[in-house]
Amino acid sequence: MTFLEYKVTWTPTGPVKLLYFNWALAVLLAAVASYGFVMLYSVAGGDLSRWAEPQMKRFAVGFVAMIGIGLVPIWFWRNVSALAYFLSLALLVGVELFGSTGMGAQRWIDLGPIRLQPSELAKITLIMMLAAYYDWLDIDKVSRPLWVAVPVVLILLPTALTVIQPDLGTAILLMAGGAVMMWLAGVHILYFVVVGLAGAGAVAAVFLSRGTPWQLLKDYQYRRIDTFLDPSSDPLGAGYHITQSKIALGSGGWTGRGFMEGTQSRLNFLPEKQTDFIFTTLAEEFGFIGAGSLLLLYVGIIVLCVISASRNPSRYGALLTLGIAATFFFFFAVNMSMVMGLAPVVGVPLPLVSYGGSAMLILMIGFGLVQSAHVHRPRSK
Amino acid sequence: MRRAPADSERSQKLVTRRGLLLGGAQLAFAGVLGARLHYMQVDQAETYRLLADKNRINIRLLPPARGLIHDRKGVLLAGNEQNYRIVMVRENADDPEAVLERLAQLIELSPEARADALAEMKRRSPFVPVTIADRVSWEEVAAVAVNLPVLPGVTPEVGLSRFYPLGRDFAHVVGYVGPVSDYDLKRIDDPDPLLQIPRFQIGKTGVEAHYEPQLRGHAGTLRVEVNAVGRVMRELDRKEGEPGAELQLTVNHALQNFCEARLAGESAAAVVLDPRNGDILAMASSPSFDPNKFVRGISSKDFKALLDDPYRPLPNKASQGLYPPGSTVKMVTALAALEAGLVAPDETVTCNGYVEVSNRRFHCWKRGGHGKVDLVRSLRESCDVYYYEVSQKVGIEKIADMARRLGLGEAHDVGLGNVARGVVPSREWKRRVRGADWLIGDTLNAAIGQGYVLASPLQLAVMTARIATGNVVTPRLVRAIDGVEQPARSDRPLELDPDNLAVVRQGMFEVVNAPHGTAGASRVVADGIRMAGKTGTSQVRNITAAERARGVTSNEDLPWERRDHALFVAYAPHDNPEVAVAVVVEHGGGGSHTAAPVARDVLLAALYDGVPPLSAYPPSQRETIRHRFEGLDLRPALAPSQGRGQA
Repeated sequence: MTFLEYKVTWTPTGPVKLLYFNWALAVLLAAVASYGFVMLYSVAGGDLSRWAEPQMKRFAVGFVAMIGIGLVPIWFWRNVSALAYFLSLALLVGVELFGSTGMGAQRWIDLGPIRLQPSELAKITLIMMLAAYYDWLDIDKVSRPLWVAVPVVLILLPTALTVIQPDLGTAILLMAGGAVMMWLAGVHILYFVVVGLAGAGAVAAVFLSRGTPWQLLKDYQYRRIDTFLDPSSDPLGAGYHITQSKIALGSGGWTGRGFMEGTQSRLNFLPEKQTDFIFTTLAEEFGFIGAGSLLLLYVGIIVLCVISASRNPSRYGALLTLGIAATFFFFFAVNMSMVMGLAPVVGVPLPLVSYGGSAMLILMIGFGLVQSAHVHRPRSK
Repeated sequence: MRRAPADSERSQKLVTRRGLLLGGAQLAFAGVLGARLHYMQVDQAETYRLLADKNRINIRLLPPARGLIHDRKGVLLAGNEQNYRIVMVRENADDPEAVLERLAQLIELSPEARADALAEMKRRSPFVPVTIADRVSWEEVAAVAVNLPVLPGVTPEVGLSRFYPLGRDFAHVVGYVGPVSDYDLKRIDDPDPLLQIPRFQIGKTGVEAHYEPQLRGHAGTLRVEVNAVGRVMRELDRKEGEPGAELQLTVNHALQNFCEARLAGESAAAVVLDPRNGDILAMASSPSFDPNKFVRGISSKDFKALLDDPYRPLPNKASQGLYPPGSTVKMVTALAALEAGLVAPDETVTCNGYVEVSNRRFHCWKRGGHGKVDLVRSLRESCDVYYYEVSQKVGIEKIADMARRLGLGEAHDVGLGNVARGVVPSREWKRRVRGADWLIGDTLNAAIGQGYVLASPLQLAVMTARIATGNVVTPRLVRAIDGVEQPARSDRPLELDPDNLAVVRQGMFEVVNAPHGTAGASRVVADGIRMAGKTGTSQVRNITAAERARGVTSNEDLPWERRDHALFVAYAPHDNPEVAVAVVVEHGGGGSHTAAPVARDVLLAALYDGVPPLSAYPPSQRETIRHRFEGLDLRPALAPSQGRGQA
């Protein structure tokens, strides 16, 4: 390294860091969460204490956590990435052994005041692990088979543990998040082509295994796929959710039926209206304007993250930011596709809006890491 | 880790490039989502909003009150009574089994009924009310009502159900209602959604069945907002149904009661007509049954008893029962002959007790023969040989034609579901139905109402009324629907020669009022009232040559089901007919002996609108008649109930 090549960079230190936070991102996150408060108040039939108030408290905790994490230097997070990853793997094993069952799936560990969903945690720690891995790995080796195999194993471990819970939705999000990380790190495109073809083969295997002793998915998962492909085949049975969801959404029109006036959600036509299907209620009560503006807010968050990453010379920081953003994207894209009848019903909440502590907290931790990367990026003097 | 700056630069570029690509892809997908959202919410909004409204609004039917049926005096024949039932909603009962257990201590509830109710509740959604007990008494309802706190999920409810206050009297005429069966749904092409209501009752027989569309009324609707599982959230609006039309029948409840009482113990039927307008004043079929049992759901034991009864209580013998009319059709043959001009009233036939036609002997009922017989005497003494001779001259076609003009062989549309057509045989009929040629012997048999001829008591009453008035009397059972008078079409003349009618009427007068008349014992002596009539005895078996040789066995010696049917048709007063009657007593023996006294009592009861005074009877019979009337099981006359009140 010669003097001429040396670039003088600095990072803010002390309380000044707060000035360098990505406040635009924080504002957008709060705005999205506010949509959630309003809708949770509405679906509870005007009852603040049922869902909206706990959600507000959780968001407040999450927001403080985000700032706290953002103040911690990014290299600290990079150094604990592997630890966090293996800790969440241990939790996934733990939940398999000691976890509580809810909604037919083992998903959480009861830690007293909060119920932790290790699979949610794994989404973030997997991104951290992969970002750290590619930060460490010599860029020329990225596409070498051996060095490709390592992240594949890192991805498959939490994915497999999530599938056996069984939580297909989270498993798919983990895989997608991992694949995005590999893509961002520069793994050769041929790998993705090959995996894509293999994936198609796996889908075929899933369908062909149906009804055989080695059936790969649970019956209800097959039914969900069936009804996704043709919801009208069983409008009062398994296709019910999709059909009702589409009716609620479609009946919103431009401006919606008005706050607290959505008949579909009011009258319990919608399943899980406070969690996975909350977008439907939003769309029904506030119409295209309400639902479209939420979509724009989400897009804004993604855009801010991409901008932040593109300005970040730190490989770890950039990869982490884009990975978190992609995870966030998958959340809302899958959830919205689901309620609009573009994807099968898998249990994916609408990020920051759906009622639920785990997902909210994990996402805010993720955005805390994004803030940390943003604040501590090497800046030119 | 240390890294060459160039390396770092390359890496950053790569991340940036691929990151932008990824971001672009994400934006593109968000665009797709936005487009889809726009398509569903804006382009397809109408469709989805319609679906949403359909989703939440559920229309429930409110069954209308069934139309009331009154007699000609306004006495209620069929009404609606409130009945109480106990319903239970599973989701409100913590432990349905325990609640039913407690309920069983308050009301009569068999273990089977409890098991049924539990099974029904399990089968249906938890919020659907299930009827536990129907038609519970007021006392039981009260007992349940005060104990409601310990009977979670249980509610007493009130509904309307059909009630026949006069019980057995109008079981055949008014009929009864019962729950819609699958058979009914298949049989009737009626889209009325009311029929889909479980346990909805429709008319099954009689007027109730025939006037079902008018009596049923129109369903009201209750629009309710429901949630996804069908639970009612709130009532949106309520449109009360239109009650069914009120029917007023031409029958007189007191006369009907008298007829039923007078026929009690016999398998018999009686029809009383007002020949002036065709009103059916009474139409009795004995034995009868309690229609209320059918409304409440008759037990299979009771139903089997009704089916197995040799006296056949279920069919309406007055309109559905078909009998060989016997000598009661001799007026038809006589009129046919007179109208054809082939026989003069004073022409005589010599009766030697039989005639021989195509090597067969046709016997007169009087074995020794009547000697010289003219038309009036042929009716008075019911000479068969006279009609054997006359019918050969007239021929079956003219007889059949006259029979039809007088109302035989016609299903009179009186508003009862099942009215028999009977048989008026002719050459064409025999070829079509029996596939055989008409024989001269068939004509002889038909002339005296045997052989193929079949008629119902209703047809015989119509025939009598037509002869009595000379008009085409058309029977009418429904006088008014919702206060709108139904037309009486009984004043069109038959276009028979009045002289011919007069001769036949003279014959019928002498049957009752002249020496040697076959029904002389049943004459009426009231001031100004004389009865005219005709006896009939129809064989239900063939008399064998052997029997004839040793003398026909008297009816009393035969088992009941092989005895002759006894018939009598009559009208009175003979010079100004106000009432016509036909009585058939199955296996009653001779018409003069069994049917004529019944017909006289019924006729007088109609004329006097109540139990006839003894002064109308010949003095020698008054004691017997008084005894008979004292033995009758009569209901006191009822006051009319106007309006739509409850029974």
